[in-house]
Amino acid sequence: MPSVASKQYPDDVSLLVLLLDTNPFFWSTTSITFSQFLSHVLAFLNAVLGLNQLNQVVVIATGYSSCEYIYDSSLTSNHGSFERDRTGMPPLFASLLNKLEDFVTKDEELSREEGNEDRTPSCLLSGSLSMALCYIQRVFRSGHLHPQPRILCLQGSPDGPEQYVAVMNSIFSAQRLMVPIDSCYIGVQNSAFLQQASYITGGVHHTPKQLDGLFQYLTTIFATDLHSRGFVQLPKPIGVDFRASCFCHKKTIDMGYICSVCLSIFCEHHKKCSTCGSVFGQSKLDESSSVSDKKKKASQT
Amino acid sequence: DEDDEDEGIGEWERAYVDDRSWEELQEDESGLLRPIDNSAIYHAQYRRRLRAGTRIQKGLIRYLYIVIDFSRAAAETDFRPSRIAVMAKHVEAFIREFFDQNPLSQVGLVSIKNGVAHTLTDLGGSPETHIKELMGKLEALGDSSLQNALELVNEHLSQVPSYGHREVLILYSALCTCDPGDIMDTIQKCKKSKLRCSVIGLSAEMFICKHLCQETGGLYSVAVDEVHLKDLLLEHAPPPPAIAEFAISNLIKMGFPQRAAEGSMAICSCHKEVKIGAGYMCPRCKARVCDLPTECTICGLTLVSSPHLARSYHHLFPIAPFDEVPALSDSRKDLGKSCFGCQQSLNGAGNKPGPCVTCRKCKHYFCLDCDIYIHESLHNCPGCESIH
Repeated sequence: MPSVASKQYPDDVSLLVLLLDTNPFFWSTTSITFSQFLSHVLAFLNAVLGLNQLNQVVVIATGYSSCEYIYDSSLTSNHGSFERDRTGMPPLFASLLNKLEDFVTKDEELSREEGNEDRTPSCLLSGSLSMALCYIQRVFRSGHLHPQPRILCLQGSPDGPEQYVAVMNSIFSAQRLMVPIDSCYIGVQNSAFLQQASYITGGVHHTPKQLDGLFQYLTTIFATDLHSRGFVQLPKPIGVDFRASCFCHKKTIDMGYICSVCLSIFCEHHKKCSTCGSVFGQSKLDESSSVSDKKKKASQT
Repeated sequence: DEDDEDEGIGEWERAYVDDRSWEELQEDESGLLRPIDNSAIYHAQYRRRLRAGTRIQKGLIRYLYIVIDFSRAAAETDFRPSRIAVMAKHVEAFIREFFDQNPLSQVGLVSIKNGVAHTLTDLGGSPETHIKELMGKLEALGDSSLQNALELVNEHLSQVPSYGHREVLILYSALCTCDPGDIMDTIQKCKKSKLRCSVIGLSAEMFICKHLCQETGGLYSVAVDEVHLKDLLLEHAPPPPAIAEFAISNLIKMGFPQRAAEGSMAICSCHKEVKIGAGYMCPRCKARVCDLPTECTICGLTLVSSPHLARSYHHLFPIAPFDEVPALSDSRKDLGKSCFGCQQSLNGAGNKPGPCVTCRKCKHYFCLDCDIYIHESLHNCPGCESIH
């Protein structure tokens, strides 16, 4: 249950859950390298943590074959001293980078085990969204004193249509918990999932044009906490296309036919639903009696 | 005298007058008070509910009438501040929850006053209309008549398309019913027209209500206090198991309107006012409507958007319940220490393994709270979604 009493915490404290796309199929096609991208992201995370002493950041990596928690700023093991370690990396993010490297290696192994499948090279957005929501639900359970959570999807991979139902479930759950899902899409085509997610949950969606300036986009648009968004002009939601696509041809339709049993969408009239097998215009009683009639006839011949 | 007592008590104290929280305390072996562990009780309740709801076909397109008994019994104050106020508050919450879980369904309101049943609102898909009408007419008078309510609802629901599931939910406060004819005939009529009647009683169990529910395949329950009433009401929000013969499966023609262009001006068909910009255009007759889902007032086409349909998909693709892992099993030793979903430690007090659950498909471990959240709200297993 969302807690309205989070007003007992200062208004502008946020918990940012960052879903980081590490899909190797996407990163092999971009102009910016993954390490350059990471430097923008780390600087952005530092900025968020610097805005307020109580801010928290959680990073979940969204891979091709797996998802994992990479970093949680509230864990005391991450509160290192401010001396740099021997490689010169500030300890604040040394653990993040180590875990990320381990994750990417493991993810690569898992994808190799799967073999070459004929599927769009998408990342497992539904998995990391579900994990993020479970974490946020845990924060809500911890009592009245908690920061205001939001989710930021930093993604470039295209949408995987097989994840549609799971992503929609996550979006509706986020809507009920009143957790906005912001999305920053750095890929080539448009991501309908992310647009819908941000529109339905009241988050911000943006597609940066120049990836060299990613840090600037991140800090000016996505670093604002929820309370301050009322005073800042953020990119407005453009009209999202909510038309459905038919199950038979996958083309977007204006008007269609819906099966009253399983809600499958068809573009033309059929006698039978291909998803649930219900015969249209006939009640189940008639259906079962006609089947038994056929059986009797078959046994008689 | 009760009035004298109440004068001396402040408003905040009245809330605690009937509160018997000492009955919930438990003692352990040495006589010391044990902290109340609500989470285990809550989880056990939730597991019981889960066992009941297995993979059955559900009636997704529902036409539900809510019948509220506004007879003099509704003015009783055993539910604080009065039965009417509590009923109105919970029915409002129920209506919102109902449209959230069943976006393609419609609701209508009927009240029973002075022995006569009145239609408060006709079947419609907008929660605000129903709630406004309900809140405007809160007064209790006269007798209650179950038969008149059933006849009225039956008449209304006979005009509903055959693919929809016809349901009635009756909130009954009275202990008797004053009917003009034989209520058994009415019950048989309801049974024949495939109307599923459920009753929630606020006073005591009545034979006639039980008989009605048994005959029509509905659910009868009696509320013992306000919280119980809310729970019983919300039990009717998710789609009930579809009795397959009740609704004829059919292809329903629906429209998926696009947003009207920014800055375009049109007279909207719902408010009859000039509106600029935001709104939707019916694909068949090009009339403008303000909100979805709705029925186009001009050509009658049902207009929805794809998220409305997607809200019901989790009923069609439910996730399997998780298996409980006993705290002392051998497999606990090799398992990771934290819940896969929320990263909370799975160890209980004193670093001993606490209760947890596991998913059969992805074999990940989850804490009890994530189990409840995943099955009641999220409908996705994070473990299964994180693998291929």
